[in-house]
Amino acid sequence: MIEAALAIVLGGVFNAAILFLVSAGLQLVFGVQKIVNLACGSFYALGAYFGISAVQWALGAGTPRPLFLAVLLLSGVALAAIGPVIERLLRTIYARDESFQMLLTFALVLMFEDILRIVWGPRTHVMGGGLYTLYGQLPFGAVKIPVYNLLVILAALAIAILMGLFLARTRFGRIVRATAENREMSEALGVDMARVYARVFTLGTALGTVGGALVVTSTAASLDMGIELIVDAFAVVVIGGLGSMRGAFVGALIVGVLKAVSIATYPELELMAVYMIVIAVLVLRPAGLFARATA
Amino acid sequence: MKHRAALALALLAMALVPLAGRDYYTTLMLPFFAYGIALFGLNLLFGYTGVLSFGHALFVAVGAYTAAYLTSAFGILHFEVILLVAIGAAVVVAIPVGLLCIRYVKIYFGMLTLAFGMLFYSFLYKFYHLTGGDEGMRVLRPTLLGQSFPTLDKVGFLTGPYYYYSLALLVIATFVMWRVVRSPLGLSLRSIRENPDKAQYVGVSVRRYRFFAFVIAAVFGAVGGALLSIPTGLVDPLLAYWTHSGNLVFMLLLGGFTNFFGPILGAFVFIFLQDQVMSLTQYWRLVFGAILAVVVIFFPHGLMGLVDPRRRAGT
Repeated sequence: MIEAALAIVLGGVFNAAILFLVSAGLQLVFGVQKIVNLACGSFYALGAYFGISAVQWALGAGTPRPLFLAVLLLSGVALAAIGPVIERLLRTIYARDESFQMLLTFALVLMFEDILRIVWGPRTHVMGGGLYTLYGQLPFGAVKIPVYNLLVILAALAIAILMGLFLARTRFGRIVRATAENREMSEALGVDMARVYARVFTLGTALGTVGGALVVTSTAASLDMGIELIVDAFAVVVIGGLGSMRGAFVGALIVGVLKAVSIATYPELELMAVYMIVIAVLVLRPAGLFARATA
Repeated sequence: MKHRAALALALLAMALVPLAGRDYYTTLMLPFFAYGIALFGLNLLFGYTGVLSFGHALFVAVGAYTAAYLTSAFGILHFEVILLVAIGAAVVVAIPVGLLCIRYVKIYFGMLTLAFGMLFYSFLYKFYHLTGGDEGMRVLRPTLLGQSFPTLDKVGFLTGPYYYYSLALLVIATFVMWRVVRSPLGLSLRSIRENPDKAQYVGVSVRRYRFFAFVIAAVFGAVGGALLSIPTGLVDPLLAYWTHSGNLVFMLLLGGFTNFFGPILGAFVFIFLQDQVMSLTQYWRLVFGAILAVVVIFFPHGLMGLVDPRRRAGT
């Protein structure tokens, strides 16, 4: 009984790990650029499709099978190359109202869905080849948890810690935080805003694509995975507080575990439970659990 | 004077469409009428009050499911009753949702309305025994003003009586919205859009008027939704999905949110352009995404901004 419950929670933590990566990208971009990037779900879907292709190509080229996780991570990072291009497009309307920026990212959502359809076709893609259980499985009572899930959780944790250190300790991290706090002041102090925006957006893109690349082994890449994920990522950032990294971490854990538990106990409430919490947070603590005073 | 003539001409053209005998294009006008009404509501919020809802599809779904419920589950076929119940349902839903949402502006308002839309979506999707889940519910052919038109087949009904009924509703909705934006309420809303603090200072109760705007918008959304459900004959949870709300905002922006008639033009161009593009390529989202990007970047005042650049909403 305890083991079964633990397995459910662990499944939730796996979802939370992926959700954290995408939400962290969303938070970073919102925190600095004040853009709600609906297209982060599209980056996630792109990461998933590209990840499958990259692994199939790499294994075909003779890469040892156990290294596929590294291939996935690298493919996700490589995809971040689209970040600067999209940032260039968004740059045209930085001066405009936030609603327009959100709408432009909605235009990206529409376009990306068809770009994926053109490149990979309308059917869903699966990794296959037994890669999901390649690293073995841990028995939890009646259920088995693939070690892969634990590795992804560890990878997400490592990324979270690295992000924290990067924002707290490095020079560029300080600039990012200063810009999030007060854009005009950092600009006045000589920060090259165009460069900061381009880098931050690219980093946010990378978090989304890596998230997609890591999740695809356990599920399938489908065209609607991006717009579905947005709904969860959105819940995460509202619960955690817009623009807060710690908020993304805690919010992802809450949403991931809550979804896993409600699927196991009362599946009708899966999404509803999440959105009940979202609304409760918005009513009781409108700025989210971890928002700074400025948000 | 010029505008009145253009308006009369457009109305005449719309009244003559069924006579051309191209049933396909006539039925394509029906979602246009429905979306036109729903978008009037959305624009009362965005164009006049200055808050963008990313959850307007919630109220479209409320209207559509009202029609489905009354016709399929209760056998109530009077369309006038359906409209009244849809309006009532929209008000009942909009009061709690509005009271919560109007506390926020800008991006928070957008996010909160999106959250409520998704809450309703998950209710429609998951509570299978109540709503039919992802299979949705059937909407039966209603009676209009007590007439059931037994001699007409489905196409005959839609391109005949239902067409003119929808057109009449659009005209009524246009007239009502015209009165709303010209009323003291409309003036207060515009003052809130321009400067909420100043509006509050001169005695406009910002929250109360935003709340009124929210409820009125919901009512227009639900009427549009009920109207939309009849030609389709089926409602499904995707009506409340956030991408549907996104498409509504798309239509509004395409037509031009700064002009009173922008919503109608946007609905019209969106529906017919979508039909044309979809017949040319399966990748219509790519084309539409590009169109939206171009509109957002280069023509934020939409098509109406090109046609009639001088006229700001409500001026």
